[in-house]
Amino acid sequence: MSVLEGKELRIIGFLCNWCSYGGADTAGVGRFTQPTDLRIIKLPCTGRINPLFVVRAFLNGADGVLVSGCHPRDCHYTAGNFYARRRLEVLRSLLPVMGIEPARFEYTWVSASEGQRWRTVVQKFTEQIHGLGPIPAFKSGTCLEACLGTAI
Amino acid sequence: MGSQLEDLKTAIRQALPDLDVVIAWAAGPDGLAHTPLFITSESDVDLVQWDPRCSQNLAGYLPGLRGKKVGIVAKGCDARSITELLQEKLIDREQLTVFGLHCQGALDPEKIAAMADCGRYVRSAEINGGELKIVSSKGACAISLENGLLAKCFRCTGADAQPCDQFIGEHGAPPVLKDAPATTLDRLEAMSMEERFQFWEEQMGQCIRCYACRSACPLCVCQDHCAAQSREPHWVDQTDHPREKLMFQAMHALHTAGRCTECGECERACPVGLPIMTMKQALNRQIKALFDYEAGLDSEKTPPLFQFRENEEHIKERKW
Repeated sequence: MSVLEGKELRIIGFLCNWCSYGGADTAGVGRFTQPTDLRIIKLPCTGRINPLFVVRAFLNGADGVLVSGCHPRDCHYTAGNFYARRRLEVLRSLLPVMGIEPARFEYTWVSASEGQRWRTVVQKFTEQIHGLGPIPAFKSGTCLEACLGTAI
Repeated sequence: MGSQLEDLKTAIRQALPDLDVVIAWAAGPDGLAHTPLFITSESDVDLVQWDPRCSQNLAGYLPGLRGKKVGIVAKGCDARSITELLQEKLIDREQLTVFGLHCQGALDPEKIAAMADCGRYVRSAEINGGELKIVSSKGACAISLENGLLAKCFRCTGADAQPCDQFIGEHGAPPVLKDAPATTLDRLEAMSMEERFQFWEEQMGQCIRCYACRSACPLCVCQDHCAAQSREPHWVDQTDHPREKLMFQAMHALHTAGRCTECGECERACPVGLPIMTMKQALNRQIKALFDYEAGLDSEKTPPLFQFRENEEHIKERKW
């Protein structure tokens, strides 16, 4: 299925290197079938996530953003995910004020051995985003169109 | 209020020899709002003003004057910004002298200009009793002070400046005000997600990207190192499109999350009057609900995003 057919949406996944990226790999090695809407960006830790990564992704047209890291108390750097949890919970309140459906954003914890859990998360989240459909676009068109407008 | 002004002048006069500069308010160019005054010599003290037109938060000048002995005149809400700056160790308590005041509300010049339909530059304006008497090219009119107050005054929780070295006048409770105007946050809550998104597109379409909100914000202390101007990473690009302007506002809100005291300087400074404090208010509301924390009340506390608990009481994680 290609993006051009319009059946696929753009979901960005921010995954920590040590647990969730491994978990996604485990799901792949186990040959679990999963939806293909998710594009993964690997980060050293969920503590690396600036909430603005998520805002920038949405404003650049992502239809959903998923953050996944090590389970609490399992962080490779001891406490990164605890800080991330606070930041992401705070971010959760900003999205609806900006007009972005809060259900387009989720965060969760998946360990490297939990391939099955990873599949469940991806399936459920993708279904959730498909339920919401594509993210609303700016009425004034895209940034590219604005640039072309000034150039011509 | 006249004697309070005299007391303030006396206090400044007495403290001035030991200080490099005292920041206070003086009569502004338009009579509807007073303007900052930097006092370095005794003759300047006579220019000091204190009445509801002293709406600007002067705390924003403090980080730039670090290293000097500074005196500052502060209302209750301004003092919260000072507390926040002290908490973040951006200013030094021993270098600072706060002249604290009890405030009964500060006027919103834009609101008054709209109510009196006279524009910003009036011939004369004076406060008499509970009214502001304005003489402009459209004639004379009087506006009740209570109707012309800033939106933040309706949510005032502490009218007395704290921290404070010299308190001028008498302590008192916050003003009791009726008929608080509906906030943009309330209005947004009544809209659908798509309407909210369109609302911001319309609002941000008017933004001229002057960054006055950033310059006026007492907590925007990065100055020339603002992430909005960085090329690597390129957070915000130069395209004249609401998307980038909205991105900057989200950035401002998230960089002040858990720090913003809702002093309203961003909205006061905005030349096109955009409701840009709304996102910060939403974040503050969430921080209060999750961590029971309000910025600018205690300079000894650790900010909520600088710490964590293994078991967060108010965070409910989704079970997949």
